[in-house]
Amino acid sequence: MPDASPLLRFDSLSVAFDGVTVLDRLSLTVHRGETLALVGESGSGKSVSALGAMELLPGNAQVTGGRWLGDTDLARLRPRDWQGLRGGQVGFVFQEPMTSLNPLHTVAKQIGETLRLHQGLSGRAARERSRELLVQVKLPRPDELLDAWPHQLSGGQRQRVMIAMAIANDPQLLIADEPTTALDVTVQQEILTLLAELRDRHGMGMLFITHDLNLVRRHADRVCVLHDGREQETGRVADVFRTPQSDYTRLLLDAEPSGGPSPVAADSVLLQARGLAVSYARPRRLLAKRPPAFEALCPLDLSLAPGETLGIVGESGSGKTTLAHALLRLTESRGEIELAGERLDNLSGKALRQRRRRIQVVFQDPYGSLSPRLPVSEIVSEGLRFHFPELDAEEVERRVFATLREVGLPQDCAARYPHEFSGGQRQRIAVARAIILEPELLVLDEPTSALDRTVQKQLVELLRELQRRRGISYLFISHDLAVVRAMAHRIIVLQEGRVVEQGECKTVLSSPSTTYTRSLVTAAGLVD
Amino acid sequence: MALASTSRLSPITRRRLAVFRGNRRAWVSLWLFLALFAVSLAAELIANDKPLVMRYDGQWYAPLLVDYPETEFGGFLPTDTDYHDPFIREQIANDGWALWPPIPFSYQTLDMQMMRPSPAPPDSRHWLGTDDQGRDVLARVIYGFRLSVVFALVLTAGSLVLGVFVGGIQGYFGGKTDLIGQRLTEIWSGLPVLFLLIILASFVQPNFWWLLGIMLLFSWLGLVDVVRAEFLRARNLEYVRAAKAMGLPPRLIMWRHVLPNAMVATLTFVPFLFTGAITSLTALDFLGFGLPPGSPSLGELVAQGKNNLHAPWLGITAFVSLSLMLSLLVFIGEGLRDAFDPRHVQHGATTSPRSQTDA
Repeated sequence: MPDASPLLRFDSLSVAFDGVTVLDRLSLTVHRGETLALVGESGSGKSVSALGAMELLPGNAQVTGGRWLGDTDLARLRPRDWQGLRGGQVGFVFQEPMTSLNPLHTVAKQIGETLRLHQGLSGRAARERSRELLVQVKLPRPDELLDAWPHQLSGGQRQRVMIAMAIANDPQLLIADEPTTALDVTVQQEILTLLAELRDRHGMGMLFITHDLNLVRRHADRVCVLHDGREQETGRVADVFRTPQSDYTRLLLDAEPSGGPSPVAADSVLLQARGLAVSYARPRRLLAKRPPAFEALCPLDLSLAPGETLGIVGESGSGKTTLAHALLRLTESRGEIELAGERLDNLSGKALRQRRRRIQVVFQDPYGSLSPRLPVSEIVSEGLRFHFPELDAEEVERRVFATLREVGLPQDCAARYPHEFSGGQRQRIAVARAIILEPELLVLDEPTSALDRTVQKQLVELLRELQRRRGISYLFISHDLAVVRAMAHRIIVLQEGRVVEQGECKTVLSSPSTTYTRSLVTAAGLVD
Repeated sequence: MALASTSRLSPITRRRLAVFRGNRRAWVSLWLFLALFAVSLAAELIANDKPLVMRYDGQWYAPLLVDYPETEFGGFLPTDTDYHDPFIREQIANDGWALWPPIPFSYQTLDMQMMRPSPAPPDSRHWLGTDDQGRDVLARVIYGFRLSVVFALVLTAGSLVLGVFVGGIQGYFGGKTDLIGQRLTEIWSGLPVLFLLIILASFVQPNFWWLLGIMLLFSWLGLVDVVRAEFLRARNLEYVRAAKAMGLPPRLIMWRHVLPNAMVATLTFVPFLFTGAITSLTALDFLGFGLPPGSPSLGELVAQGKNNLHAPWLGITAFVSLSLMLSLLVFIGEGLRDAFDPRHVQHGATTSPRSQTDA
């Protein structure tokens, strides 16, 4: 049970950038031994509040309002005192494990640095303490890992190293800013369990910033919901989830994609792949024999009927995206690919380019998949103008407008540039670019994973609607089982390039036959 | 001209323009440089040894455009008229009038009427004095400035085309194309440019186009790495992949999707390519392996300054004109680089945060 005096206290904390308010009078408290989850969609001000309170924002941010760490008034702290506070009394774990470690230093050196700065440890003592910390965060082979470079570690291992650095100086408060967002679901659970253990052992308070309600439900004590920089409601997790007080919280809780795809009518086969495999040659060491090629995708067969959705599920590195690229003929592959009875795998050059119209793709990152220098009308119409040069400008424009309407975008957005749109709108533009060519197959490579839950739900509904109207087949790649369940007729579960399990979506998810699938389903916390 | 088309520029370009304009030093430098260049483009109207227009014997003459024989003005020989000749001057003064440019000397006019030994210090007749052959220094600076800038412009444009083309092909296709291309450019860049020019100077009399050609053979190499890196990065971007999946041929993808995004890094390189071209032309002229003797060249002026230390106006003029030109270009380049830097906007708006929160 948390003690009476709060560890961290915000009193009407506001943050503004150049006069634009992004966080409006947030008040909250974190007690020792407690996890407070700060929840909201992107742009809700959840990270800004923590960074602002710790003076970690760029110079054009103005932070006002009271903020106390124990008895220290953070607003009156001088720059010198901050250095001792950050990393000392307050530990940070950030989202991106790939970039938050310096690639040029070994693990021992990075942990040692914070020990040297805050505790004056050096040499053998620092190394001894670093090893102890690696044991605490449950990394295997700590002696070996001390001398490992960041690139030799997996994402989950890096995040553990980050946590080791954060707790190195026995902080009172741990700020975890989306600590597991970049990780696979099974790893997420391990990391959060570890954080909770460490919190209890060291009696820390934890401010856990996330967008994932699923994680909040399992790993937080209290929750504070933010929307557009305003606090919506704060309370114990169980209470908020059972009886949400604000409309917004209700909307968030309701945002899990629901429903299922409409049944497939036709019994014919649109896409057939036999023995499809991808392997990458490994570099040869000097004078050594070339090691065997890396099998990114072991030979697999798949088939897809018109109007059907095949879900491809797996964690990162399982070969999902490789499979998509192989089907799109964007990477070298072996095996046969047949689209509507025509072999695609032995085509090349112009013949292949002409067939490409029939298989289109929507990528994961809505910010990277649209060229920033072209207006939306150009982006959407580009393929149309190339594949149907006989169309005149008016007809092209007419089709662009019709397609934009179909994906639920206003007509006037044709003249605007991608940066003016939100992630969900950009993803709609990407969908419009794909369907304007009237493809028979649409490959969707994690189309929803960069989006907020509420937006995900809208996109899933749009995709289902398009499928019903146009009879397109989808190859739907995702690590998010909730979304896959709402989209797919059949699924294939991949692990390290191998098919672990496949079959009807409902059957596989409700009664998985392999341990791997079962762990995925458990980690995703699918509830009916 | 840029302002007129602002409305159809993309917002990114518009923001960059705003950042560039916000950098006062770069903005002023750009206009100053453009003004100087515009003036130097009209060098024939400013510094010339012929009148712009004249009236003689009831008739109009335009000596700037047409060569008139001396007999036209009462001379004895059918050679081109020397308008500085006292006899001709007298004839014109008696029978009409002549409108002279502000500096009545061209870059190669030898002032025969000068009473003092060359090099002569500045006076009202020669504002910056004369060089050791009795030619007007100011006229030579104006013509030399124009020559340097035009040379650098053509060289930069040529390098840009070649460098972007080669770098783009290497970066976009990667693999073996890249490997072979990189090795070839490495070998090529190993050739010593300076020696090549010196050797060449003993075969042919290098003129403007020769020098340009030789330097163009090598100056694009610096760009290749930048462009190649940008293309290598861009070819794996999702919108490039999407274009590929759409079935667009490589040339269209490169032109429409990769190139516009690669140009940012490339354009920030351009001002420095430009100053580099001016500097190397000046250096070659200084060493005597550059433009043919008699050409208006800043490098030659530097050499004269070195050889005539007792005539400091030569060295000082060369120094001031060169440093002014290069400083302006560096300031413009700096402004461009900042304008293309996406992080710069935020930094520009930086106010002291602590003074506001802690006060």
